[in-house]
Amino acid sequence: MSAAVTSATPHRPATTMKEQMTTDTQAQAQVPVLDVRGLSHSYGTRAVLEDLDFTVASGEFLSIVGPSGVGKTTLLQCLTGLRQPTSGEVWFEGTRVTTTPRGLAVVFQDYSRSLMPWLTVLDNVVLPLKSAKVAKAERLEAGRRALQLVGLVDFAKSYPWQLSGGMQQRVAIARALAYNPDAIVMDEPFASVDAQTRADLEDLVLRLKEQLGITVLLVTHDIDEAVYLADRILVLSGKPGRVAEIIDVDLPSPRDQVETKAMPEFGQLRGHVYTMIRQGISASSITTDATA
Amino acid sequence: MKAVQLVRRVAWQLWLPVVLVALWWVVSAGSTDFYFPPLADIVDSFRENWLFDKVGSDLVPSMRRLFFGYLGALALGIVAGLLLGVSKGLATALNPVLEFLRALPSVAVIPIMVLFFGLDEEMKIATLAFVGFFPIMLNTMDGARSVDTQLRDVARSYHVSFKDRMLSIYFPAAAPQVFAGARIALSLSIMALALAEMIGTPGGIGHNVLAAQRAYNTPAMWAGILLFGVIGYVLNWLFLRVENTVLSWHRGMTAVGR
Repeated sequence: MSAAVTSATPHRPATTMKEQMTTDTQAQAQVPVLDVRGLSHSYGTRAVLEDLDFTVASGEFLSIVGPSGVGKTTLLQCLTGLRQPTSGEVWFEGTRVTTTPRGLAVVFQDYSRSLMPWLTVLDNVVLPLKSAKVAKAERLEAGRRALQLVGLVDFAKSYPWQLSGGMQQRVAIARALAYNPDAIVMDEPFASVDAQTRADLEDLVLRLKEQLGITVLLVTHDIDEAVYLADRILVLSGKPGRVAEIIDVDLPSPRDQVETKAMPEFGQLRGHVYTMIRQGISASSITTDATA
Repeated sequence: MKAVQLVRRVAWQLWLPVVLVALWWVVSAGSTDFYFPPLADIVDSFRENWLFDKVGSDLVPSMRRLFFGYLGALALGIVAGLLLGVSKGLATALNPVLEFLRALPSVAVIPIMVLFFGLDEEMKIATLAFVGFFPIMLNTMDGARSVDTQLRDVARSYHVSFKDRMLSIYFPAAAPQVFAGARIALSLSIMALALAEMIGTPGGIGHNVLAAQRAYNTPAMWAGILLFGVIGYVLNWLFLRVENTVLSWHRGMTAVGR
């Protein structure tokens, strides 16, 4: 499956996913996919993020979790090159990020606003490939394969607004996959779907990550989701937002919505992340009181 | 059932025009008033002039001017509107000039057009294009500006090329407003056509209306005015058919949204 997607996307010949999968362990020792160094950002005088340092290894699933207003979206924009941080640097596969790197695909929060309602599902998925000058036959093939991976190949000719919310977000994921990225960044991608759909989408992302060996960064405010999906969790907390802790998740793979979540370790991790976030909130409210 | 509904709808739309025409026919019958000749005379004159004596000599040239002028307005208006909608800097720089030009009563430029282009085809087509340009440009600009920030981020993060951005994102996003502007521009263009033909070299429906009035041939004058009305009605009907087809995604989406 993974090789199929790879072969159909010749616009970025650097590292194929297949290679990446086989050299996974070596790559981890080499250049990290994402390297964040001393990243701070402020809007005017209001500091939002302060001195963030972390790396993401190839093939890793990193959840970035934090309360609303902690600067998650700002961080994501800095990581994807959509915004320049006030200070600090972001490096992607050894290159300094100034615009979105070619090996990085973004899945946005609001599917209803990130898909083009005037394009069919397939045309939405292949638009980035069209701009990358992939030949028509090849890009349609890559688009169909990506839709197959998310189980929507039968809806290629539908319009996004004819599909349910969960299906629309799967189209957005298919668009990211067709782009043949090394890493996918997701901004609260399941925030606006119902619980059952959300669980299905979580498992879909886990399955695709295993299948294709892609590195995944998921930004979320949902602690359960962060723990359930991740290999590591970055807890963002305080005002301005800082890295409160980076936690290794030792839950066995593959994960299971019922079994994994019933494990005592899951409960412990969940409680730990929760405490970290609470501490950050109370600490920051104390400092604001003191300065006020 | 379906057929019955259709008949009912058509009847509901037709009764007023029928009553009005009938009333006009009856009231004006046997009229000796110079300004308001009997409708029967107007219809006679219409048949003599426009079925089909002057079709080749006047109707076709008028339609050709309308076609090229309107096409010019569409092309220039959409391109300029997209560029101004995408580039904030460009919009700011050109805003005073555009606002000034827009504030001009557009047909007041006809004398300028005569100076630049003479009295012939060029002047008429340029006037039409100028008059139609502004509503199309302004609406397109508005529509392009309203493109969702998330779609812009999608375009940037996936490196969608400038061409694809315009054709696959900004233009379709602006399309409902482009059509709104284009529809206003269509009626303004017909107005400009009538006026430009009255001022320029002989020929065309507008010229016929004015010439008939000057020759004290009131039935022919009325017939020409009626023809303008018919043309406006038919073109607007055609326009709506095209809009419905092109914007089918938009109708579908808003229907789902409800």
